[in-house]
Amino acid sequence: MEDLGEIVGEFLMESHENLDQIDRDLVSLEQEPDSRDLISRIFRAIHTIKGTSGFLAFSRLEKLAHAGESLLSRLRDGVQPVTPDTITVLLLCIDGVRSLLSSIEEKGTEDEVDVDSMIVRIKAQMDVPADAAAAPAAAPAAAAGGETPVTVEEAPAATRPAPEPIAEQRQPIGQILVEAGAAQPADVTSALQQQIEGDERKLGTILLDDGKTQPAAVSEALQSQAPKRSIADSAIRVDVDLLDTLLNMVGELVLARNQLVRGVMEIGDSGLVRSAQRLGMITSELQEGIMKTRMQPIEHIWSKLPRVVRDLSNSLGKQVELVMQGKETELDRSLLEAVKDPLTHLVRNAVDHGIEDPERRVASGKSPVGTLTLRAYHEGGHVAVEVADDGAGLNVERIAQKAVENGLLRPEQIPNMDKRDIMAMVFQPGFSTAAKVTNVSGRGVGMDVVKTNIESIGGAVSVDSTVGEGTVWRLTIPLTLAIIQALTVDCGDQRYVVPQVAVLELVFVDGKATKVEYASGAPVYRLRGKLLPLVRLDRALGFEVGGDQGVYIMVLQADGRRFGLVVDRVLNTEEVVVKALNSRLKDIGMYAGATILGDGKVGLILDVSSLARRSHLAVDSERESVVEKRAQGGGGTERLLVTAVGDRRVAIPLDTVTRLEEFPRDRLEHAGSREVVQYRGQILPLVRLSHLLGAYGEEPEGDTVSVVVYSEGGRSVALVVDRIVDIAENSTTARRDADEDGLVGTAVIQQRVTELLDVRRAILAADPNFYNEAGDEMLVEV
Amino acid sequence: MTSRQFATFEVAGQLFGVEVHTVQEVLSYNEYTPVPLAPSAVGGLFNLRGQVIAAVDLRVQLGLARQALQGPVMNVILRGDGEPVSLVVDKIGEVVDLDDETFEPPPDTLSGPTRELVVGTFKLDGRLMLALDVNQAVDTHRATI
Repeated sequence: MEDLGEIVGEFLMESHENLDQIDRDLVSLEQEPDSRDLISRIFRAIHTIKGTSGFLAFSRLEKLAHAGESLLSRLRDGVQPVTPDTITVLLLCIDGVRSLLSSIEEKGTEDEVDVDSMIVRIKAQMDVPADAAAAPAAAPAAAAGGETPVTVEEAPAATRPAPEPIAEQRQPIGQILVEAGAAQPADVTSALQQQIEGDERKLGTILLDDGKTQPAAVSEALQSQAPKRSIADSAIRVDVDLLDTLLNMVGELVLARNQLVRGVMEIGDSGLVRSAQRLGMITSELQEGIMKTRMQPIEHIWSKLPRVVRDLSNSLGKQVELVMQGKETELDRSLLEAVKDPLTHLVRNAVDHGIEDPERRVASGKSPVGTLTLRAYHEGGHVAVEVADDGAGLNVERIAQKAVENGLLRPEQIPNMDKRDIMAMVFQPGFSTAAKVTNVSGRGVGMDVVKTNIESIGGAVSVDSTVGEGTVWRLTIPLTLAIIQALTVDCGDQRYVVPQVAVLELVFVDGKATKVEYASGAPVYRLRGKLLPLVRLDRALGFEVGGDQGVYIMVLQADGRRFGLVVDRVLNTEEVVVKALNSRLKDIGMYAGATILGDGKVGLILDVSSLARRSHLAVDSERESVVEKRAQGGGGTERLLVTAVGDRRVAIPLDTVTRLEEFPRDRLEHAGSREVVQYRGQILPLVRLSHLLGAYGEEPEGDTVSVVVYSEGGRSVALVVDRIVDIAENSTTARRDADEDGLVGTAVIQQRVTELLDVRRAILAADPNFYNEAGDEMLVEV
Repeated sequence: MTSRQFATFEVAGQLFGVEVHTVQEVLSYNEYTPVPLAPSAVGGLFNLRGQVIAAVDLRVQLGLARQALQGPVMNVILRGDGEPVSLVVDKIGEVVDLDDETFEPPPDTLSGPTRELVVGTFKLDGRLMLALDVNQAVDTHRATI
């Protein structure tokens, strides 16, 4: 057995794949009983299993497979029709093969599995009297004896569906060259003649040596031959552990690269920087490649579902059609594994509770056959998997009532709740609205487990439903677990990591223009006029609480709540490899994991949703602000680009802005008394708003200048500002006309007095001829 | 006569030992990331060839004051259950072969937190070595209960 280990292992793996395929094919065969293609495919697959098991001396397996094969051959030859009963028996036979295989896998023997009773049932299906001779109890002793019509096909045991003959797959190279017009038929014929006469060179070589064709054409022709190779030749099996090891090592490589790049940047040698950048690119591609090797199509876990749906709907007396869309969508295999059970649960639940009985469906004007749709697709760095049925839909009132009964909600909360929020109650532990408990679902376990499982891999689950039209369960799953984009921040003298997916925006608090305020002791920040509850990271971590000035607010979103996290400094974004946290520290709940930072030190990854929870943020605050936002979204507003000029804030109507650009400071040139910059083949005149408005402050630091480009009729000017602050919506009420030069007035925007720029004047200051319709050729007097 | 090998180290002047097979390696390390809100015995985290290791301060486990993790600190890295853990100690001693004959249960006069960590006493030439219960020694929840 030892020596056979590898062969047996391969046989087991291959057979499991074949069985999954047979399962699917049998279910489809039930739908289209006349498909000879399907029957032949099932037949071939089971024949392969039979052949190999005979070779490996698994006699029970061989016997069972042989019996199944006999039944199939009758179906194939049209001796008896395909009926649901035959399908059931064949599925049973497949299950038997499966349990034999797993017995072989676990115990190395097939002796403990009883196959005779199954063979009896298969025989019973073969209702032709001639077969009665092979008495049910005395199961056929020697499979190789072949007393059934199988012998026709039995000849050389092809171990996998035989590939098409080579000749049909590959076009001869001469033909390809002629068809591509790269060689003359006569030349090819004469070259072939040469080969026949004993020339051992290859056809392409002969043609090339004689100068009858081009090297490029030959290599192209060879390429077009190549993809015709069969799947078996182009794919290899790789041990998953090896892939995991490789992935870990690539993770380390990413870390080493980050450290190297940081070091090189400090040295500043341009040659080294180039090498480091190249290394960076290669590492990224390598990382991507390794990630891809771990990706598997979601079909892998879907393939078992047709069988689940069939068995379940049959036992419940329902008719369900299963539709799968996007089964090629790929996911990391560890995630696939984690999604499998929740998905199966959702499918079972949908068949059991979602889709109604045929009678009830007809009564409500639907087709008696319910449709269950599985859909998978990519969506913004995530994979969404939907399980949608066209059943009765969730009964929101019943859920609400149940939630009150179970003490999850108070009756007075219900009227104010969103329909979706009430539906989300089904994910609470111990919640089930099923009128009766079945062996499938309704025991109140399940949905909360689905939620926990999906959330444990960083995903989310939601439900939406329309009464009478159906329910959609939606899983949002991250593409991969191992590497995340993250922001590094400082708090106290320590560095922490925040997953970037939770970060909405960053705000610098200078204590003047932007400041932290206190509502009865609770820190808040006015973010575009709305109060954002703040959590101080130093306080949350039990450090000494620092000041409110010169800190950053990270606007974070988690669990549907929005809040600001106050940190001392935001450093940069980098890709970090998530390392599992030592089990001692998991209970703290504040950290989602650890990682190795660019300097080699360990950094803790903050758990954003737990931070939100720990800080006792009220769920209601966010909802209120959403409502307000909607109310506010009405007309009567204009959108303004708010910029900083010196210590003043200047707003420019957004619809007059063409583009925002950053120019390197050293690209600014002087033409006469004006500053210009070359921009898209034009000379772009600049005007500094600080000069125009007389706000002579300090020149802002940095190597680039921020400009607002204004274009009209092929002409452009650029207004130089110190920095772009924000885009704000402003109702036109609180406005006062200013008598100052260059401004049309002042307004209160985001609680700050903001000046409104006289755009026309600013443009004329940059280019006095801007509005001259005469079409003056000279943009600037050079 | 059976004998066992012990890796020895000192904490607060007392010689301790753990069986050699429980030790993965011994090294000195000087950059630790503190973990706010963690049990006080967790001195910090450090990067051991890409692996994140928690350092447990043996002084805290013995009921003494925390050791300041500044400058190089000696770590005895134990294999642990699937994840290595480090014990922070003052000084590394030698590896000694000890006969079971020299073993005695902990003296009755030994009490306090140390008593729970120690499985027995080995009588060396001129001094005593306390054999640690590895699992107890790295159990950081113990001290907080």
